[in-house]
Amino acid sequence: MFLVNYIKGLVEALGSMTILFMQTIYWTINALKGGRFSPKNLFDQMSRIGVDSLSMVAITGFSTGAVLVVQIGYQFAQMGAQRYVGGVVSLAMARELAPILTSIVVAGRVGSAIAAEIGTMKITEQIDALETMATNPVDYLVVPRFWACTIMLFMLTIFTNVIGMIGGSLVAIHQIGLTLVAFKDSILHMLLIQDLMGGLFKATVFGAIIATIGCYKGFTTEGGAEGVGKSTTSAVVVSIMMILAVNYFLTVGINNFNTAYLQ
Amino acid sequence: MIIISNIHKSFGPKQVLKGVNLKIYDGESLVILGPSGCGKSVLLKHIIGLMKPDMGQVLIDGEDVTTFDQQKLDALRMRMGMLFQSAALFDSLNVEENVAFGLRRHTNLSNRAVHHIVSEKLEMVGLPGTNYLMPSELSGGMRKRVGLARAIAMEPEIILYDEPTTGLDPIMTSAIDELHLSLKERLGVTSIVVTHDLKSAYRVCDRIALHYGGQIVEIGTREEIINSPNPVVQQFIRGEAHGPMSLV
Ligand SMILES: Nc1ncnc2c1ncn2[C@@H]1O[C@H](COP(=O)(O)OP(=O)(O)OP(=O)(O)O)[C@@H](O)[C@H]1O
Ligand SMILES: [Mg+2]
Repeated sequence: MFLVNYIKGLVEALGSMTILFMQTIYWTINALKGGRFSPKNLFDQMSRIGVDSLSMVAITGFSTGAVLVVQIGYQFAQMGAQRYVGGVVSLAMARELAPILTSIVVAGRVGSAIAAEIGTMKITEQIDALETMATNPVDYLVVPRFWACTIMLFMLTIFTNVIGMIGGSLVAIHQIGLTLVAFKDSILHMLLIQDLMGGLFKATVFGAIIATIGCYKGFTTEGGAEGVGKSTTSAVVVSIMMILAVNYFLTVGINNFNTAYLQ
Repeated sequence: MIIISNIHKSFGPKQVLKGVNLKIYDGESLVILGPSGCGKSVLLKHIIGLMKPDMGQVLIDGEDVTTFDQQKLDALRMRMGMLFQSAALFDSLNVEENVAFGLRRHTNLSNRAVHHIVSEKLEMVGLPGTNYLMPSELSGGMRKRVGLARAIAMEPEIILYDEPTTGLDPIMTSAIDELHLSLKERLGVTSIVVTHDLKSAYRVCDRIALHYGGQIVEIGTREEIINSPNPVVQQFIRGEAHGPMSLV
C-alpha cells in the first residue's frame, strides 16, 4: 500500500512538472509574440546564476581535469600510450563529466535558490498578489529563470571543459612529462565536435530540468519557513536524481544519433 | 453588484465556509467582522478568484466568477484591487516598483507618468518619499500602507481590504479611513473591508456583516448592528469573553 501511494505520488509530481514545463513554453511563445519578452529580466537571472555558481564550477572542473590526467596518465605512460592521454581525458570531460558535474553544482546552488525564493513568495502570499494583479506566475517568475538556467548551463559547461583541460594540461606537463604541444595535439586528434556538442546538449536539458524542478518545488511549498526548507532540499535531491536518470537515456540517444548520421 | 450565494469551502476535514450568502451593492462599503480564524480572508480570496469554492457561486455583475477561465479572471482582476492581510509586498522589488507593478505590466505609461502616479499614491497613504526603500526596511504598518497604495494604483472599481488598519496607530487609522471614504466618494469605489477595529468599521461602513461559524449571521447598518437583539452580535461588538460565541 505504501509503495502504491509512493508511486502514485511520483507519477503525479512528474505529470505536474511536465505541465509546468509546457506552460513555460506556452508563456515563452506568448511573450515573444506579444513583444513582452524582457531581455533585462533574462540577463539579470543569468548573471545571478553565473555569480552564484562560477567559482564552484571552476574548482570542480579544474580539479576533475587534473585528477583524470593523474589517474590515466601514469597507466598510459607505462604502456607507451602517452599520446592518447589528452584525447581520452578531453573525451571523458566533454561527453560526461563536464555536463554532469556542472549540472550537479548548479542544482545545488541555483535549483535550491529558485525553490527557496519562489517558496517564500508562495507562503507569504506574494504569488497570490501576482495573480490579483492579472499576472501569471509562470509568465513572470518561471520563464526568465527557465531560460537563464538553460542558457547558463550551456555556457558554464563550455567553461568547465576549458578549465578542466587547463587543469589537465598542467598535470600532464609537470607530473607526466608530456609537452603542451603533445597534449594539445592529442586532444585535437581525438576529440570531435559531436562529442562536445553532445555534452553541451545534455547540459542544456539538465538546465531545463533544474529550473523546472526548482520552480515546481517552490510553487508547491506549504507550511511556513519549515516548508521552504523542505522544498529547497527536495529540489536539489530530485534534480540530481532526475539528471542522472535522464543522462542515461540522453547518452544512448546521442550515441544512436551519432552512429546513424555522423559516421 | 456582487452576489455571494451559498459558498462552501473545506480544507481537508475542516469546514471553513458553510453556506455564506452576501450581497454587496455598487458603490457600497461593506465591513465584515468576525472572530479570528472564522474564514474572512478565505471569503475575500473567493471573491477575487484566488480560491474556488467546493459549492456555491460568486456573481459579479451577473457573471459567475467561479467558472471564469484565466482570461476572464484577469479581465476582472484589472477592475479589482486587493490589500492582503500580510501586505504581500514583493520583497525583491522596492516600494516604487511594488506600487507601479500593475501600471508597468498593463499600461504603456511613460516612466515619468508612472513615477508621478506612484508618488501620488504614496502621499495618499502617508508615505511620501519612501519610493526607493526595500520592503525589508519598512515597519509592519508601513508595509500595510504600501500594500494599500499598490491596491489602489490602478484605480480599481472594487477594492478588497483585508485588515487595512491593523498595526496602525489611531491617527494613521483615521487617515486611512478618510482615504477609504474619499476613494468611495470620488471614484464610486465598491469595497469590502475585513477588520477587527470596530471604531474604524463604524467610520467607513454602509453596512456591517458578522461572519461566524462559517456563515453570515447578521447584516445591517451600523445602527441595526448596534441595536441587534442577536446575543452573538452583542457579545462580539462588546468584546465579551463569555457568551454564546465559542472561542474555538
Ligand atoms: N490554504 C489553506 N489551507 C488550509 N487551511 C486554510 C488555508 N487558508 C485558510 N485556512 C484555514 O481556514 C480558516 C480560516 O482562515 P482565514 O485566514 O480566512 O481566517 P480569518 O477569518 O481571516 O482570521 P483572522 O481574523 O485571524 O485573519 C483557518 O482555520 C485556516 O486554518
Ligand atoms: Mg484574515
